[in-house]
Amino acid sequence: MSKFEFEKGKMVPYPSRAIVPDRDVNETPALECIHLGIEFGGLKAVDDFNLTIGKTEIAGLIGPNGAGKTTVFNLLTKVYQPTNGTILLNGQDTSGKTVSQVNRMGIARTFQNIRLFSSMTVEDNVKVGLHNQEKYTGLEGVLRLPSYWKHEKQAHERAMELLSIFDMEKHANDQAGSLPYGAQRRLEIVRALATNPSLLLLDEPAAGMNPSETAELMENIVKIRDTFGIAIMLIEHDMSLVMNICEGICVLSFGKVIAKGTAEEIQNNETVIEAYLGKKKEA
Amino acid sequence: MTVFIQYLVNGLSMGSVYAIIALGYTMVYGIAKMLNFAHGDVIMVGAYVSFCATSYLGLPGWLSVVLSVVVCTVLGVLVEGLAYRPLRAAGPLAVLITAIGVSYFLQNAAQLLWGATPKNFTSLVRFPVPPFLAQFNVSAVSLVTILACILIMVVLMWFTSKSKMGKAMRACSEDKAAAQLMGINVNRTISMTFAIGSALAAIAGVLLCSYSPVLQPTTGAMPGIKAFTAAVFGGIGSIPGAFVGGVLLGIIEAMAQAYISTSLANSIVFAVLIVVLLVKPAGLLGKYVPEKV
Repeated sequence: MSKFEFEKGKMVPYPSRAIVPDRDVNETPALECIHLGIEFGGLKAVDDFNLTIGKTEIAGLIGPNGAGKTTVFNLLTKVYQPTNGTILLNGQDTSGKTVSQVNRMGIARTFQNIRLFSSMTVEDNVKVGLHNQEKYTGLEGVLRLPSYWKHEKQAHERAMELLSIFDMEKHANDQAGSLPYGAQRRLEIVRALATNPSLLLLDEPAAGMNPSETAELMENIVKIRDTFGIAIMLIEHDMSLVMNICEGICVLSFGKVIAKGTAEEIQNNETVIEAYLGKKKEA
Repeated sequence: MTVFIQYLVNGLSMGSVYAIIALGYTMVYGIAKMLNFAHGDVIMVGAYVSFCATSYLGLPGWLSVVLSVVVCTVLGVLVEGLAYRPLRAAGPLAVLITAIGVSYFLQNAAQLLWGATPKNFTSLVRFPVPPFLAQFNVSAVSLVTILACILIMVVLMWFTSKSKMGKAMRACSEDKAAAQLMGINVNRTISMTFAIGSALAAIAGVLLCSYSPVLQPTTGAMPGIKAFTAAVFGGIGSIPGAFVGGVLLGIIEAMAQAYISTSLANSIVFAVLIVVLLVKPAGLLGKYVPEKV
Protein backbone atom coordinates (compact mmCIF):
# COMPACT_ATOMS: atom_id res chain seq x y z
CA MET A 1 0.00 0.00 0.00
CA SER A 2 1.24 3.44 -0.73
CA LYS A 3 0.23 6.93 0.10
CA PHE A 4 -2.55 8.28 -2.06
CA GLU A 5 -1.64 11.31 -4.13
CA PHE A 6 -4.27 14.03 -3.92
CA GLU A 7 -5.04 16.21 -6.88
CA LYS A 8 -3.99 19.79 -6.64
CA GLY A 9 -6.40 22.06 -4.84
CA LYS A 10 -8.06 19.28 -2.89
CA MET A 11 -7.74 19.27 0.84
CA VAL A 12 -5.78 16.46 2.37
CA PRO A 13 -7.99 14.95 5.04
CA TYR A 14 -6.73 15.32 8.55
CA PRO A 15 -5.83 13.20 10.44
CA SER A 16 -5.20 11.53 7.15
CA ARG A 17 -4.34 7.91 6.73
CA ALA A 18 -5.50 8.20 3.14
CA ILE A 19 -4.38 4.78 2.19
CA VAL A 20 -6.10 3.09 -0.71
CA PRO A 21 -5.32 -0.20 -2.39
CA ASP A 22 -2.38 0.02 -4.82
CA ARG A 23 -4.55 -0.53 -7.88
CA ASP A 24 -6.60 2.57 -7.05
CA VAL A 25 -3.72 4.94 -6.43
CA ASN A 26 -3.96 6.72 -9.75
CA GLU A 27 -7.74 6.95 -9.81
CA THR A 28 -9.99 9.56 -8.25
CA PRO A 29 -11.21 8.02 -5.01
CA ALA A 30 -14.85 6.92 -4.93
CA LEU A 31 -15.41 8.82 -1.72
CA GLU A 32 -13.63 11.39 0.33
CA CYS A 33 -15.08 12.67 3.57
CA ILE A 34 -13.36 15.74 4.92
CA HIS A 35 -14.06 16.89 8.47
CA LEU A 36 -17.58 15.51 8.11
CA GLY A 37 -19.82 16.05 11.11
CA ILE A 38 -23.39 16.46 12.26
CA GLU A 39 -24.87 17.76 15.47
CA PHE A 40 -28.32 16.99 16.79
CA GLY A 41 -29.01 19.78 19.24
CA GLY A 42 -25.75 19.85 21.17
CA LEU A 43 -24.92 16.20 20.54
CA LYS A 44 -22.17 15.55 18.04
CA ALA A 45 -23.44 12.30 16.54
CA VAL A 46 -20.56 12.23 14.08
CA ASP A 47 -17.57 14.45 14.60
CA ASP A 48 -14.62 15.17 12.31
CA PHE A 49 -15.07 12.07 10.19
CA ASN A 50 -12.33 11.75 7.56
CA LEU A 51 -12.21 8.86 5.17
CA THR A 52 -10.97 8.09 1.69
CA ILE A 53 -12.19 5.09 -0.24
CA GLY A 54 -10.38 4.03 -3.40
CA LYS A 55 -12.20 3.51 -6.67
CA THR A 56 -12.54 -0.27 -6.27
CA GLU A 57 -11.94 -0.65 -2.57
CA ILE A 58 -14.06 -2.65 -0.16
CA ALA A 59 -14.12 -0.66 3.03
CA GLY A 60 -15.60 -1.53 6.38
CA LEU A 61 -17.14 0.75 8.97
CA ILE A 62 -17.36 -0.86 12.38
CA GLY A 63 -17.95 0.25 15.90
CA PRO A 64 -20.00 -0.51 19.00
CA ASN A 65 -23.76 0.04 18.95
CA GLY A 66 -24.74 3.69 18.77
CA ALA A 67 -21.33 4.76 17.49
CA GLY A 68 -22.87 6.65 14.55
CA LYS A 69 -22.24 4.21 11.73
CA THR A 70 -25.70 4.44 10.18
CA THR A 71 -25.59 8.20 10.74
CA VAL A 72 -22.50 8.28 8.50
CA PHE A 73 -24.48 6.46 5.80
CA ASN A 74 -27.34 8.89 6.24
CA LEU A 75 -24.91 11.78 5.84
CA LEU A 76 -23.36 10.29 2.73
CA THR A 77 -26.77 9.75 1.15
CA LYS A 78 -27.99 13.21 2.27
CA VAL A 79 -30.82 11.85 4.38
CA TYR A 80 -29.20 14.16 6.95
CA GLN A 81 -27.54 17.36 5.86
CA PRO A 82 -24.10 17.52 7.44
CA THR A 83 -23.48 20.47 9.73
CA ASN A 84 -19.75 20.39 9.00
CA GLY A 85 -17.39 19.22 6.36
CA THR A 86 -17.37 18.11 2.78
CA ILE A 87 -18.24 14.92 0.95
CA LEU A 88 -16.60 14.34 -2.41
CA LEU A 89 -18.08 11.61 -4.53
CA ASN A 90 -15.75 10.71 -7.39
CA GLY A 91 -14.12 14.06 -6.76
CA GLN A 92 -17.38 15.99 -6.97
CA ASP A 93 -18.76 17.98 -4.08
CA THR A 94 -22.19 16.74 -3.00
CA SER A 95 -23.12 19.72 -0.82
CA GLY A 96 -26.57 21.13 -1.56
CA LYS A 97 -27.68 17.99 -3.37
CA THR A 98 -30.89 16.17 -2.49
CA VAL A 99 -31.20 12.48 -1.69
CA SER A 100 -32.27 11.56 -5.21
CA GLN A 101 -29.65 13.77 -6.85
CA VAL A 102 -26.84 12.27 -4.83
CA ASN A 103 -28.10 8.84 -5.84
CA ARG A 104 -27.81 9.87 -9.46
CA MET A 105 -24.28 11.06 -8.76
CA GLY A 106 -23.42 7.47 -7.97
CA ILE A 107 -24.20 6.46 -4.42
CA ALA A 108 -26.64 3.67 -3.55
CA ARG A 109 -27.40 1.91 -0.32
CA THR A 110 -29.23 -0.88 1.42
CA PHE A 111 -30.88 -0.64 4.80
CA GLN A 112 -30.33 -2.08 8.23
CA ASN A 113 -34.03 -2.95 8.36
CA ILE A 114 -35.06 -4.20 4.95
CA ARG A 115 -36.97 -1.55 3.05
CA LEU A 116 -38.11 -3.16 -0.14
CA PHE A 117 -41.26 -2.14 -1.97
CA SER A 118 -42.82 -5.27 -0.59
CA SER A 119 -46.10 -5.36 -2.50
CA MET A 120 -44.34 -4.95 -5.84
CA THR A 121 -42.77 -7.82 -7.73
CA VAL A 122 -39.07 -8.59 -7.49
CA GLU A 123 -38.54 -7.40 -11.05
CA ASP A 124 -40.42 -4.15 -10.46
CA ASN A 125 -38.29 -3.46 -7.40
CA VAL A 126 -35.21 -3.68 -9.57
CA LYS A 127 -36.86 -1.55 -12.24
CA VAL A 128 -37.50 1.20 -9.69
CA GLY A 129 -33.75 1.21 -9.26
CA LEU A 130 -33.38 1.46 -13.03
CA HIS A 131 -35.77 4.45 -13.05
CA ASN A 132 -33.18 7.07 -13.97
CA GLN A 133 -31.66 4.95 -16.69
CA GLU A 134 -34.91 4.34 -18.55
CA LYS A 135 -34.86 7.14 -21.01
CA TYR A 136 -38.29 7.19 -22.60
CA THR A 137 -40.56 10.12 -21.76
CA GLY A 138 -43.98 9.80 -20.16
CA LEU A 139 -45.69 10.64 -23.44
CA GLU A 140 -43.85 7.92 -25.31
CA GLY A 141 -44.92 5.53 -22.58
CA VAL A 142 -48.58 6.51 -22.75
CA LEU A 143 -48.64 6.29 -26.53
CA ARG A 144 -46.56 3.11 -26.38
CA LEU A 145 -44.26 4.22 -29.16
CA PRO A 146 -41.63 1.77 -30.37
CA SER A 147 -39.02 3.49 -28.21
CA TYR A 148 -41.11 2.57 -25.15
CA TRP A 149 -41.07 -1.10 -26.06
CA LYS A 150 -37.36 -0.98 -26.82
CA HIS A 151 -36.53 0.62 -23.48
CA GLU A 152 -38.89 -1.65 -21.55
CA LYS A 153 -37.22 -4.65 -23.14
CA GLN A 154 -33.80 -3.31 -22.24
CA ALA A 155 -34.96 -2.63 -18.67
CA HIS A 156 -36.32 -6.16 -18.41
CA GLU A 157 -33.06 -7.65 -19.68
CA ARG A 158 -30.98 -5.47 -17.39
CA ALA A 159 -33.17 -6.39 -14.41
CA MET A 160 -32.77 -10.09 -15.18
CA GLU A 161 -29.03 -9.69 -15.61
CA LEU A 162 -28.76 -8.01 -12.23
CA LEU A 163 -30.97 -10.60 -10.56
CA SER A 164 -28.75 -13.33 -11.98
CA ILE A 165 -25.89 -12.16 -9.75
CA PHE A 166 -27.72 -13.84 -6.90
CA ASP A 167 -29.49 -16.47 -9.02
CA MET A 168 -32.80 -14.78 -8.42
CA GLU A 169 -34.23 -14.71 -11.96
CA LYS A 170 -36.72 -17.41 -11.10
CA HIS A 171 -38.23 -15.19 -8.43
CA ALA A 172 -38.68 -12.23 -10.81
CA ASN A 173 -42.47 -12.35 -10.69
CA ASP A 174 -42.81 -13.11 -6.99
CA GLN A 175 -43.93 -10.44 -4.59
CA ALA A 176 -40.87 -8.96 -2.91
CA GLY A 177 -42.48 -9.18 0.53
CA SER A 178 -43.07 -12.91 0.15
CA LEU A 179 -39.39 -13.76 -0.31
CA PRO A 180 -37.46 -15.37 2.52
CA TYR A 181 -35.40 -13.02 4.63
CA GLY A 182 -32.03 -13.75 3.08
CA ALA A 183 -33.40 -13.32 -0.42
CA GLN A 184 -34.93 -9.97 0.55
CA ARG A 185 -31.51 -8.80 1.71
CA ARG A 186 -30.00 -9.92 -1.59
CA LEU A 187 -32.78 -8.21 -3.54
CA GLU A 188 -32.01 -4.96 -1.73
CA ILE A 189 -28.43 -5.20 -2.96
CA VAL A 190 -29.63 -5.87 -6.52
CA ARG A 191 -32.02 -2.93 -6.37
CA ALA A 192 -29.23 -0.65 -5.15
CA LEU A 193 -26.94 -1.91 -7.93
CA ALA A 194 -29.65 -1.14 -10.48
CA THR A 195 -29.17 2.59 -9.85
CA ASN A 196 -25.71 2.21 -11.38
CA PRO A 197 -23.69 3.40 -8.40
CA SER A 198 -19.97 4.00 -8.18
CA LEU A 199 -20.15 3.54 -4.42
CA LEU A 200 -22.40 0.94 -2.83
CA LEU A 201 -23.22 1.29 0.86
CA LEU A 202 -24.32 -1.88 2.62
CA ASP A 203 -25.84 -1.44 6.06
CA GLU A 204 -25.34 -4.72 7.93
CA PRO A 205 -25.70 -6.99 4.90
CA ALA A 206 -25.11 -10.14 6.91
CA ALA A 207 -27.52 -9.34 9.74
CA GLY A 208 -29.66 -12.36 10.50
CA MET A 209 -27.76 -14.66 8.15
CA ASN A 210 -26.32 -17.99 9.15
CA PRO A 211 -22.58 -18.69 8.69
CA SER A 212 -22.97 -20.42 5.33
CA GLU A 213 -25.17 -17.61 3.99
CA THR A 214 -22.62 -15.10 5.27
CA ALA A 215 -19.82 -16.94 3.50
CA GLU A 216 -21.80 -16.86 0.27
CA LEU A 217 -22.54 -13.18 0.76
CA MET A 218 -18.82 -12.49 1.20
CA GLU A 219 -18.06 -14.12 -2.12
CA ASN A 220 -20.84 -12.17 -3.75
CA ILE A 221 -19.67 -8.83 -2.40
CA VAL A 222 -16.22 -9.44 -3.84
CA LYS A 223 -17.80 -10.64 -7.08
CA ILE A 224 -19.91 -7.49 -7.34
CA ARG A 225 -16.85 -5.34 -6.79
CA ASP A 226 -14.93 -7.25 -9.48
CA THR A 227 -17.72 -7.26 -12.07
CA PHE A 228 -18.87 -3.68 -11.63
CA GLY A 229 -15.53 -2.17 -10.67
CA ILE A 230 -17.15 -0.12 -7.91
CA ALA A 231 -16.27 0.75 -4.36
CA ILE A 232 -18.21 -0.87 -1.55
CA MET A 233 -18.50 0.39 1.98
CA LEU A 234 -20.16 -1.80 4.54
CA ILE A 235 -21.30 -1.57 8.11
CA GLU A 236 -21.14 -4.96 9.73
CA HIS A 237 -21.02 -6.57 13.13
CA ASP A 238 -19.91 -9.93 11.76
CA MET A 239 -16.15 -9.62 12.24
CA SER A 240 -15.33 -12.66 10.12
CA LEU A 241 -16.91 -10.89 7.14
CA VAL A 242 -15.27 -7.54 7.84
CA MET A 243 -11.81 -8.96 8.52
CA ASN A 244 -11.92 -11.22 5.49
CA ILE A 245 -13.01 -8.90 2.72
CA CYS A 246 -12.46 -5.33 3.82
CA GLU A 247 -9.24 -3.80 2.57
CA GLY A 248 -9.56 -0.75 4.77
CA ILE A 249 -11.43 -0.61 8.04
CA CYS A 250 -12.56 2.44 9.94
CA VAL A 251 -13.62 2.16 13.57
CA LEU A 252 -16.12 4.60 15.03
CA SER A 253 -16.88 5.09 18.68
CA PHE A 254 -19.16 7.79 20.08
CA GLY A 255 -19.16 9.55 16.72
CA LYS A 256 -15.38 9.75 16.44
CA VAL A 257 -12.96 7.75 14.33
CA ILE A 258 -10.75 5.93 16.77
CA ALA A 259 -8.76 3.83 14.31
CA LYS A 260 -8.23 3.26 10.63
CA GLY A 261 -6.22 0.63 8.85
CA THR A 262 -6.05 -2.90 7.56
CA ALA A 263 -7.62 -5.86 9.30
CA GLU A 264 -4.44 -6.79 11.20
CA GLU A 265 -3.83 -3.23 12.27
CA ILE A 266 -7.35 -2.95 13.62
CA GLN A 267 -7.26 -6.29 15.38
CA ASN A 268 -4.14 -5.29 17.26
CA ASN A 269 -5.17 -1.74 18.02
CA GLU A 270 -5.39 -1.05 21.75
CA THR A 271 -7.99 1.70 21.43
CA VAL A 272 -10.27 -0.53 19.38
CA ILE A 273 -10.02 -3.40 21.85
CA GLU A 274 -10.79 -0.96 24.60
CA ALA A 275 -13.85 0.45 22.81
CA TYR A 276 -15.27 -3.00 22.29
CA LEU A 277 -14.23 -4.76 25.46
CA GLY A 278 -13.56 -1.99 27.93
CA LYS A 279 -10.31 -0.96 29.60
CA LYS A 280 -7.79 -3.57 30.56
CA LYS A 281 -7.41 -3.87 34.29
CA GLU A 282 -4.09 -2.56 35.43
CA ALA A 283 -2.10 -5.47 36.69
CA MET B 1 -88.33 -3.41 -15.70
CA THR B 2 -87.73 -0.49 -18.06
CA VAL B 3 -87.91 1.83 -15.11
CA PHE B 4 -85.49 -0.29 -13.12
CA ILE B 5 -82.97 -0.30 -15.94
CA GLN B 6 -83.34 3.43 -16.25
CA TYR B 7 -82.54 3.85 -12.56
CA LEU B 8 -79.65 1.47 -12.89
CA VAL B 9 -78.17 3.44 -15.79
CA ASN B 10 -78.64 6.68 -13.88
CA GLY B 11 -76.88 5.13 -10.93
CA LEU B 12 -74.11 3.78 -13.13
CA SER B 13 -73.43 7.10 -14.80
CA MET B 14 -73.52 9.10 -11.56
CA GLY B 15 -71.39 6.36 -10.04
CA SER B 16 -68.93 6.70 -12.91
CA VAL B 17 -68.55 10.40 -12.16
CA TYR B 18 -67.93 9.55 -8.51
CA ALA B 19 -65.44 6.92 -9.60
CA ILE B 20 -63.46 9.37 -11.76
CA ILE B 21 -63.31 11.84 -8.87
CA ALA B 22 -62.51 9.06 -6.40
CA LEU B 23 -59.55 8.00 -8.57
CA GLY B 24 -58.05 11.44 -7.94
CA TYR B 25 -58.59 11.14 -4.17
CA THR B 26 -57.23 7.65 -4.00
CA MET B 27 -54.11 8.30 -6.09
CA VAL B 28 -53.16 11.35 -4.07
CA TYR B 29 -53.85 9.51 -0.84
CA GLY B 30 -51.90 6.47 -1.99
CA ILE B 31 -48.82 8.45 -2.87
CA ALA B 32 -48.79 11.59 -0.73
CA LYS B 33 -50.70 9.98 2.19
CA MET B 34 -52.91 13.04 2.45
CA LEU B 35 -56.59 13.75 1.92
CA ASN B 36 -56.89 16.49 -0.65
CA PHE B 37 -60.23 17.96 0.34
CA ALA B 38 -59.82 20.64 -2.32
CA HIS B 39 -60.18 17.96 -4.97
CA GLY B 40 -63.94 18.49 -5.23
CA ASP B 41 -63.42 22.16 -5.94
CA VAL B 42 -61.03 21.43 -8.77
CA ILE B 43 -64.02 19.73 -10.42
CA MET B 44 -65.97 22.95 -10.09
CA VAL B 45 -63.12 24.98 -11.60
CA GLY B 46 -62.94 22.49 -14.47
CA ALA B 47 -66.65 22.88 -15.16
CA TYR B 48 -66.42 26.69 -15.03
CA VAL B 49 -63.49 26.75 -17.45
CA SER B 50 -65.38 24.58 -19.89
CA PHE B 51 -68.50 26.71 -19.42
CA CYS B 52 -66.64 29.95 -20.11
CA ALA B 53 -64.87 28.48 -23.11
CA THR B 54 -68.11 27.44 -24.77
CA SER B 55 -70.43 30.27 -23.68
CA TYR B 56 -68.13 33.31 -23.74
CA LEU B 57 -65.43 32.33 -26.21
CA GLY B 58 -67.66 30.21 -28.40
CA LEU B 59 -65.11 27.37 -28.57
CA PRO B 60 -66.27 23.91 -29.62
CA GLY B 61 -67.08 21.46 -26.84
CA TRP B 62 -64.07 19.16 -27.26
CA LEU B 63 -61.69 22.12 -27.20
CA SER B 64 -63.29 23.40 -24.00
CA VAL B 65 -62.67 20.02 -22.38
CA VAL B 66 -59.01 20.10 -23.43
CA LEU B 67 -58.70 23.64 -22.08
CA SER B 68 -60.34 22.68 -18.81
CA VAL B 69 -58.02 19.67 -18.42
CA VAL B 70 -55.00 21.91 -18.99
CA VAL B 71 -56.18 24.57 -16.54
CA CYS B 72 -57.01 22.02 -13.84
CA THR B 73 -53.70 20.19 -14.27
CA VAL B 74 -51.82 23.43 -13.79
CA LEU B 75 -54.07 24.34 -10.86
CA GLY B 76 -53.50 20.96 -9.21
CA VAL B 77 -49.73 21.20 -9.55
CA LEU B 78 -49.77 24.81 -8.28
CA VAL B 79 -51.91 23.95 -5.26
CA GLU B 80 -49.61 21.07 -4.42
CA GLY B 81 -46.46 23.15 -4.87
CA LEU B 82 -47.66 26.21 -3.00
CA ALA B 83 -49.91 24.82 -0.29
CA TYR B 84 -48.95 21.21 0.42
CA ARG B 85 -45.25 20.88 -0.44
CA PRO B 86 -44.05 23.32 2.23
CA LEU B 87 -45.93 21.14 4.75
CA ARG B 88 -44.36 17.86 3.65
CA ALA B 89 -42.51 17.56 6.95
CA ALA B 90 -45.46 18.73 9.05
CA GLY B 91 -48.02 16.43 10.63
CA PRO B 92 -51.00 15.06 8.68
CA LEU B 93 -53.39 17.33 10.57
CA ALA B 94 -51.70 20.50 9.31
CA VAL B 95 -51.98 19.29 5.71
CA LEU B 96 -55.61 18.29 6.20
CA ILE B 97 -56.52 21.72 7.51
CA THR B 98 -54.60 23.37 4.67
CA ALA B 99 -56.60 21.25 2.22
CA ILE B 100 -59.85 22.47 3.76
CA GLY B 101 -58.49 26.01 3.48
CA VAL B 102 -57.63 25.52 -0.19
CA SER B 103 -61.12 24.16 -0.75
CA TYR B 104 -62.73 27.33 0.68
CA PHE B 105 -60.23 29.49 -1.16
CA LEU B 106 -61.17 27.94 -4.50
CA GLN B 107 -64.89 28.24 -3.77
CA ASN B 108 -64.61 31.89 -2.84
CA ALA B 109 -62.28 32.68 -5.71
CA ALA B 110 -64.84 31.16 -8.06
CA GLN B 111 -67.57 33.24 -6.47
CA LEU B 112 -65.49 36.38 -6.94
CA LEU B 113 -64.69 35.50 -10.53
CA TRP B 114 -67.96 34.10 -11.76
CA GLY B 115 -70.50 35.31 -9.20
CA ALA B 116 -72.74 33.32 -6.90
CA THR B 117 -75.64 33.01 -9.33
CA PRO B 118 -75.88 29.49 -10.70
CA LYS B 119 -74.96 29.19 -14.37
CA ASN B 120 -76.87 26.98 -16.71
CA PHE B 121 -74.33 24.56 -18.13
CA THR B 122 -75.30 23.33 -21.58
CA SER B 123 -74.43 19.70 -21.97
CA LEU B 124 -71.43 19.15 -24.19
CA VAL B 125 -72.54 15.67 -25.12
CA ARG B 126 -75.24 15.74 -27.75
CA PHE B 127 -75.70 12.87 -30.12
CA PRO B 128 -78.55 10.48 -30.84
CA VAL B 129 -78.48 7.36 -28.69
CA PRO B 130 -78.84 3.99 -30.46
CA PRO B 131 -82.51 2.92 -30.39
CA PHE B 132 -82.00 -0.22 -28.29
CA LEU B 133 -80.67 2.02 -25.52
CA ALA B 134 -83.03 4.90 -26.20
CA GLN B 135 -85.99 2.74 -25.23
CA PHE B 136 -84.63 2.70 -21.67
CA ASN B 137 -84.25 6.48 -21.71
CA VAL B 138 -80.46 6.21 -21.64
CA SER B 139 -79.03 9.64 -22.33
CA ALA B 140 -75.95 10.29 -24.40
CA VAL B 141 -74.24 11.80 -21.35
CA SER B 142 -74.75 8.63 -19.33
CA LEU B 143 -73.26 6.58 -22.10
CA VAL B 144 -70.23 8.80 -22.52
CA THR B 145 -69.71 9.02 -18.76
CA ILE B 146 -69.70 5.26 -18.26
CA LEU B 147 -67.40 4.67 -21.22
CA ALA B 148 -65.05 7.47 -20.16
CA CYS B 149 -64.85 6.04 -16.67
CA ILE B 150 -63.97 2.55 -17.89
CA LEU B 151 -61.39 3.92 -20.31
CA ILE B 152 -59.75 6.12 -17.64
CA MET B 153 -59.67 3.22 -15.22
CA VAL B 154 -57.99 0.88 -17.72
CA VAL B 155 -55.41 3.48 -18.75
CA LEU B 156 -54.61 4.28 -15.11
CA MET B 157 -54.23 0.63 -14.19
CA TRP B 158 -51.85 0.17 -17.07
CA PHE B 159 -50.00 3.37 -16.26
CA THR B 160 -49.36 2.50 -12.62
CA SER B 161 -48.42 -1.10 -13.22
CA LYS B 162 -46.34 -0.86 -16.37
CA SER B 163 -44.91 2.59 -16.95
CA LYS B 164 -41.74 3.92 -15.43
CA MET B 165 -43.52 6.82 -13.73
CA GLY B 166 -46.19 4.45 -12.44
CA LYS B 167 -43.54 2.27 -10.87
CA ALA B 168 -41.99 5.34 -9.28
CA MET B 169 -45.43 6.24 -7.92
CA ARG B 170 -45.96 2.82 -6.39
CA ALA B 171 -42.48 2.93 -4.92
CA CYS B 172 -43.18 6.33 -3.35
CA SER B 173 -46.48 5.11 -2.00
CA GLU B 174 -44.76 2.21 -0.24
CA ASP B 175 -41.67 3.87 1.10
CA LYS B 176 -40.79 7.45 0.20
CA ALA B 177 -37.40 7.43 1.85
CA ALA B 178 -36.29 4.24 0.14
CA ALA B 179 -37.62 5.48 -3.21
CA GLN B 180 -35.62 8.67 -2.83
CA LEU B 181 -32.49 6.69 -2.09
CA MET B 182 -33.09 4.79 -5.31
CA GLY B 183 -32.83 8.09 -7.15
CA ILE B 184 -36.51 8.88 -7.49
CA ASN B 185 -37.48 12.51 -7.23
CA VAL B 186 -40.34 12.22 -4.74
CA ASN B 187 -41.51 15.82 -5.14
CA ARG B 188 -41.81 15.44 -8.88
CA THR B 189 -43.65 12.15 -8.48
CA ILE B 190 -46.15 13.74 -6.11
CA SER B 191 -46.63 16.68 -8.52
CA MET B 192 -47.28 14.21 -11.28
CA THR B 193 -49.92 12.48 -9.16
CA PHE B 194 -51.65 15.78 -8.51
CA ALA B 195 -51.50 16.60 -12.21
CA ILE B 196 -53.19 13.31 -13.13
CA GLY B 197 -55.78 13.61 -10.36
CA SER B 198 -56.65 17.17 -11.34
CA ALA B 199 -56.87 16.34 -15.04
CA LEU B 200 -59.36 13.62 -14.11
CA ALA B 201 -61.24 16.11 -11.95
CA ALA B 202 -61.63 18.42 -14.96
CA ILE B 203 -63.16 15.60 -17.00
CA ALA B 204 -65.40 14.69 -14.07
CA GLY B 205 -66.50 18.32 -13.79
CA VAL B 206 -67.55 18.54 -17.41
CA LEU B 207 -69.38 15.21 -17.21
CA LEU B 208 -71.05 16.09 -13.92
CA CYS B 209 -72.36 19.40 -15.22
CA SER B 210 -73.44 17.86 -18.51
CA TYR B 211 -75.48 15.51 -16.38
CA SER B 212 -76.93 17.99 -13.91
CA PRO B 213 -76.56 21.44 -15.48
CA VAL B 214 -76.54 23.74 -12.44
CA LEU B 215 -73.09 25.25 -12.05
CA GLN B 216 -72.22 27.32 -8.98
CA PRO B 217 -69.14 27.72 -6.77
CA THR B 218 -70.27 24.94 -4.43
CA THR B 219 -71.04 22.49 -7.24
CA GLY B 220 -67.95 20.41 -6.53
CA ALA B 221 -68.34 20.17 -2.77
CA MET B 222 -71.00 17.47 -2.42
CA PRO B 223 -69.80 15.22 -5.27
CA GLY B 224 -66.31 15.67 -3.81
CA ILE B 225 -67.44 14.37 -0.42
CA LYS B 226 -69.39 11.54 -2.05
CA ALA B 227 -66.39 10.56 -4.16
CA PHE B 228 -64.19 10.61 -1.08
CA THR B 229 -66.74 8.31 0.55
CA ALA B 230 -66.58 6.11 -2.54
CA ALA B 231 -62.78 5.97 -2.32
CA VAL B 232 -62.95 4.91 1.34
CA PHE B 233 -65.77 2.51 0.53
CA GLY B 234 -63.67 0.76 -2.11
CA GLY B 235 -60.49 0.90 -0.06
CA ILE B 236 -58.55 4.14 -0.20
CA GLY B 237 -55.26 3.93 -2.05
CA SER B 238 -56.55 1.26 -4.40
CA ILE B 239 -57.38 2.23 -7.98
CA PRO B 240 -59.84 -0.59 -8.73
CA GLY B 241 -61.26 0.10 -5.26
CA ALA B 242 -62.10 3.68 -6.24
CA PHE B 243 -63.82 2.42 -9.36
CA VAL B 244 -65.87 -0.23 -7.56
CA GLY B 245 -66.66 2.12 -4.68
CA GLY B 246 -67.77 4.92 -7.00
CA VAL B 247 -70.01 2.77 -9.15
CA LEU B 248 -71.58 0.99 -6.16
CA LEU B 249 -72.16 4.27 -4.39
CA GLY B 250 -73.86 5.71 -7.47
CA ILE B 251 -76.12 2.69 -7.82
CA ILE B 252 -77.03 2.61 -4.12
CA GLU B 253 -77.83 6.31 -4.26
CA ALA B 254 -79.99 5.97 -7.38
CA MET B 255 -81.88 2.99 -5.98
CA ALA B 256 -82.42 4.69 -2.64
CA GLN B 257 -83.73 7.76 -4.42
CA ALA B 258 -86.03 5.67 -6.58
CA TYR B 259 -87.41 3.13 -4.18
CA ILE B 260 -87.02 4.53 -0.68
CA SER B 261 -86.92 8.28 -0.44
CA THR B 262 -85.24 11.10 -2.31
CA SER B 263 -84.61 13.06 0.84
CA LEU B 264 -83.18 10.06 2.69
CA ALA B 265 -80.92 8.96 -0.19
CA ASN B 266 -77.79 10.63 1.18
CA SER B 267 -78.34 9.23 4.67
CA ILE B 268 -78.75 5.76 3.22
CA VAL B 269 -75.55 6.07 1.21
CA PHE B 270 -73.56 7.04 4.28
CA ALA B 271 -75.27 4.39 6.42
CA VAL B 272 -74.13 1.76 3.93
CA LEU B 273 -70.61 3.16 4.13
CA ILE B 274 -70.62 2.88 7.91
CA VAL B 275 -71.82 -0.72 7.78
CA VAL B 276 -69.19 -1.67 5.20
CA LEU B 277 -66.42 -0.07 7.23
CA LEU B 278 -67.60 -1.88 10.37
CA VAL B 279 -67.28 -5.20 8.56
CA LYS B 280 -64.26 -4.39 6.38
CA PRO B 281 -62.32 -1.56 8.02
CA ALA B 282 -59.96 -1.19 5.04
CA GLY B 283 -62.81 -0.89 2.52
CA LEU B 284 -63.98 -3.38 -0.07
CA LEU B 285 -60.70 -3.86 -1.93
CA GLY B 286 -58.33 -2.31 0.59
CA LYS B 287 -55.81 -4.49 2.29
CA TYR B 288 -55.80 -4.55 6.06
CA VAL B 289 -52.18 -4.75 7.08
CA PRO B 290 -51.70 -5.60 10.74
CA GLU B 291 -48.74 -3.84 12.26
CA LYS B 292 -45.87 -6.14 13.04
CA VAL B 293 -44.76 -6.05 16.63
